[in-house]
Amino acid sequence: MKTEFEYTPDLFDIASREDRNAEKIRRPSIKYWPDVWRRLKMNKLAMTGLWLICICAIMSFVGTKINGFKYFEQDYSMINVHPDSVHWFGTDELGRDMFTRTWFGARYSLFIGIVAAFIDFFIGVLYGGIAGVTTRRIDSVMMRIAEIIYSIPYLLVVILISVVFSQAGQGSSMFVLILSLSLTSWVPMAILVRGQVLQLKESEYALASESLGADKGWILRKHIIPNTLGPILVNVTLSIPRAIFAEATLGFLGLGLQAPKSSLGTLANDGLAGLAVGNAYQIFIPAIFISLIMFAFNVLGDGLRDALDPRLRK
Amino acid sequence: MKKYLLKRILMAIVTIWAVITITFILMHSVPGNPFRTESKMPKVVYENLQKKYGLDKPYSQQYFIYLGKIARGDFGDSMKSRVETVNDMIERGFPVSATIGLEALLIALVFGPALGAIAALNQNKWPDYFSMIIAILGISVPSFIMGTVFIQFLARNIPWLPIGGWGSFRHSILPSLALALMPLAQLARFMRSSMLEVLGQDYIKTAKSKGISKATVVLRHAVRNAILPVVSVLGTVATNLLVGSFVIEKIFGIPGLGMFFIISISNRDYPLIMGTTIFYAIILIVMLLVVDFAYMFIDPRIKLAKEGR
Repeated sequence: MKTEFEYTPDLFDIASREDRNAEKIRRPSIKYWPDVWRRLKMNKLAMTGLWLICICAIMSFVGTKINGFKYFEQDYSMINVHPDSVHWFGTDELGRDMFTRTWFGARYSLFIGIVAAFIDFFIGVLYGGIAGVTTRRIDSVMMRIAEIIYSIPYLLVVILISVVFSQAGQGSSMFVLILSLSLTSWVPMAILVRGQVLQLKESEYALASESLGADKGWILRKHIIPNTLGPILVNVTLSIPRAIFAEATLGFLGLGLQAPKSSLGTLANDGLAGLAVGNAYQIFIPAIFISLIMFAFNVLGDGLRDALDPRLRK
Repeated sequence: MKKYLLKRILMAIVTIWAVITITFILMHSVPGNPFRTESKMPKVVYENLQKKYGLDKPYSQQYFIYLGKIARGDFGDSMKSRVETVNDMIERGFPVSATIGLEALLIALVFGPALGAIAALNQNKWPDYFSMIIAILGISVPSFIMGTVFIQFLARNIPWLPIGGWGSFRHSILPSLALALMPLAQLARFMRSSMLEVLGQDYIKTAKSKGISKATVVLRHAVRNAILPVVSVLGTVATNLLVGSFVIEKIFGIPGLGMFFIISISNRDYPLIMGTTIFYAIILIVMLLVVDFAYMFIDPRIKLAKEGR
């Protein structure tokens, strides 16, 4: 027996365009920088660092105004007061409020660190970029010069410059400090940028772009600069704590900012005298903040490095 | 390879010359004159002093005289100390600084790579977190803070450990420890990443699959290869030790070269500042050179590459 199957039009549906979703990209595509930010956010340590930096930066402006004392205000009836409800961090040997002074010091430490890092950034990128794109001979001369500058011991130069440009027994001006801090420290940045540029110049996508008719400026703007940005950012983040550390060391050696201005390093130097007579808080409070800020920048830099590394992408 | 050695030595000499020149220019651009500040001095005395120290000659001539003196190993006279020359002070202070520096280096060299290796072998387990916390602390806490922490919490409470001063081995324990922490942390971090890279290599897998015991694989195959790049950061470590020694000697009151350097800065004793700076620079540059050469001799790949040319 044969059953006849009738193909009637009502058995069919019109295939609509909505059903062709198989090839659709389900997840939204993430651009490079949002992706870096997403991975950075997953790194708890790095985010702690970022929060600490933000808090310190805000407090360095707000914190000096909270409890009503001025950073230079001396009160001889209130010298060496241990931390209490009026002077939250105590007072120093001249009766100045340590809470206000600490945040004031943090402001200068942060400022010096960040400005010095940005000077490194500008000189380093310029020098390294030029070395990367010029002829091989000029490049090799530039790199030899950079190598010689770099093998001159960093802190010795910093100390010498601050000795020359500051009066005996007093500190240096901010300008001299920043100048001496960034005098030799731009070299690693320059070497990094040069290496990146040389590598990217030879890359296949730069060649592809060139063969499609792009000129040098376009390749530099669209391919080389965006791709060097990551390592440069990491380097800047890590050179801030280096500058803060160098400045703190200078301050501790008596070559820091001129009183009554202070950085965390000069505060620690002032507090060293208190250590012998039982006022240990005078050195430990600035010390804790130096360490916190250094910690924050170091973990943020590490986290950024991990987040920028596409090999660690999950 | 000989060509490379010669080139590096030449570069080092140029760098030392650059340091001497920069120091000379900087120290002579300081306004004023060391003898002008003294209260009314007869003109003859002033001129004789100028003559004795060669300050009456033009700068260019002074520069070459100074260069010649340094070449002969003579760092000149101190302005504030009437009895000691800069050389005497270096002779007195340097052995003390070198003792602390070497002790610190030893501590850092033993514990740093060990900590890093342990961390890498236990990646993302508690020994890893523990060592990396130590490493992050070591990098974030400057040595002058470590020194004061040690004085406050250890030396104050343990009578056996002196708070400061110099004399016996006991005096050097806390300063060396405080000084060693930062290089130790750097070495540990570096060793960790280097070790992680090596542990992912195929030859480790091969060694394991051959049935070699775990200890042998780790020591013979992993550590030996991982430690190579660590050698290359020893130059930075040396620099950190040196800079750290200034502050550590200040905190613990140790009569080393760093202390003289600090005192010379606060006294504005320019010949002493110049002499110690140049001395420090020479030591550092020579160390960098030694590290470089050591690295070349340790790493067979570099030697082959150089000879292959």
